[in-house]
Amino acid sequence: MENASVNPVIEFEHVSLSFDEKKVLTDISFRMDHAGTLILLGVAGTGKSVLLKLALGLLKPDAGKIKVDGVDTVPLPEAKIRPIRKGMGMVFQEGALFDSLSVYENVAYPLREAGDHDEERIETRVREVLGFVEMEHAIEKLPSELSGGMRRRVSIARAIADRPGIMLYDSPTAGLDPVTAHTITVLIAKLRDAERVSSIVVTHRPQDGYVLANFRYVKGQQNLVPALTHGDNGSAPATRFMVLRDCGIYFQGTGPELANEADTYLRKFLV
Amino acid sequence: MSNGGLDGFLKREVLAVQEFTALVLTSLRLAFSPPRYFTDTLLQMDVIGFGSLPIVLLTGFFTGGVLALQTYRTLGTFGEVGLLGQAVSLSVVRELGPVLTALMVAGRNSSGIASEIGSMLVSEQIDAMRALGTDPMRKLVAPRIYATLITLPLLTVLSDFFGLLGGFFVSYSTAHLSSAQYWTSAYQALDLQDVFQGLVKPVFFSLVVAGIGCYFGLRTSGGTEGVGRSTTQAVVAASVLILVLDFFITKFLIGIKFT
Repeated sequence: MENASVNPVIEFEHVSLSFDEKKVLTDISFRMDHAGTLILLGVAGTGKSVLLKLALGLLKPDAGKIKVDGVDTVPLPEAKIRPIRKGMGMVFQEGALFDSLSVYENVAYPLREAGDHDEERIETRVREVLGFVEMEHAIEKLPSELSGGMRRRVSIARAIADRPGIMLYDSPTAGLDPVTAHTITVLIAKLRDAERVSSIVVTHRPQDGYVLANFRYVKGQQNLVPALTHGDNGSAPATRFMVLRDCGIYFQGTGPELANEADTYLRKFLV
Repeated sequence: MSNGGLDGFLKREVLAVQEFTALVLTSLRLAFSPPRYFTDTLLQMDVIGFGSLPIVLLTGFFTGGVLALQTYRTLGTFGEVGLLGQAVSLSVVRELGPVLTALMVAGRNSSGIASEIGSMLVSEQIDAMRALGTDPMRKLVAPRIYATLITLPLLTVLSDFFGLLGGFFVSYSTAHLSSAQYWTSAYQALDLQDVFQGLVKPVFFSLVVAGIGCYFGLRTSGGTEGVGRSTTQAVVAASVLILVLDFFITKFLIGIKFT
């Protein structure tokens, strides 16, 4: 734990961004440790998705530093950010699957881009990750033939195909029915606990954060189990909550700290 | 600093020209370094080149035909109907073939490219592509530009031939010229400069057709409505640019002497 806190996987230092005259993020500073989970909450338009795109280097801030595994990506040109991005996976709000490619080709895409031309190895990995998200049966389908929840699952499969160490989820449960939304949350926890993947999860559903903070995946079990307390093999997930408001960080802390807040804005995010 | 008025308009237009030029030059430069997407280029050659073949051939044939019909009346008043082949071949090879082919390909493909890339942009597929380590310039823009660069000159040659064929059809059936009369006159009228002019133009036009489509596609904003807007803007801008560029290329090439 101490070692991880010395080297955060993602660190924002006084990051600000405006689009033309409109401020989107102001003086954002936070850090996320290895295998940790950061739940990002906030009402619509507070810059949550923008923050993820900044972390991934898809957008450049006007000021501040963004470090990924200790490397400040802000001054780097696009070509030098690309190798850093390969260590990160992102699940976009609507899945952002390539609609002209089948599920198989979508999931194989990052592997081919990484330079793997061994079709047998690609197929093995594609089936493995599709099995992980329980979507192997849809391997030949086109994205237009999938439901919203299925698309998110395929999107998760595509994002993890090249084994990234960091996952960014942009509202992965938005617009889904509660059962499907829970399935996606379970997948996020499974990935975090089975593969030790660090995650930033943007969500509008406080219950997603609650599940991720208080439950964990145990190999071989279908459902998540209540997380044990710290000190018990350290198995409780290191989950932190961050709430954005008016382009800035309004709250940063653990689940219990958020639960104890009396602020009316913060209480909106309590289950 | 106001963004409105003539001042703001001119600045935006100059910036657009600068961005468009940078996009085209960057994609041409990318041909010299890996990774290169050959499969995507071949696929685009099929979509842009082979897909445009029917409309290009039809346009060429009927343009040549109508040109022969109109010229026949004029030449008839001077008793020079035998020059029909020459009149058709010079007009088609120098001017109408390259310009009309480019306009037809622009109408079909600049819009198609803009809507395809625009849709990918608004549905975050281009962001996803970047997130997965792909450079959209290499994967989306460059293959479309290379494919148009290769196929438009070829389409122009075929369109020219079908234009001459259309002219022959009218000359034979209406003006009662023999095949030998028409084709000899058409062939002998052309010199190296005419052929050169007819083949240089599509090279520049191809950069406009594909470049404009990609440019407007990549600056799409405002959801599906924005995609529709980009599509329309791409066709209008590409068509106008082709005609403007044609004037300047012709003006420049006319000054070149081939001895």
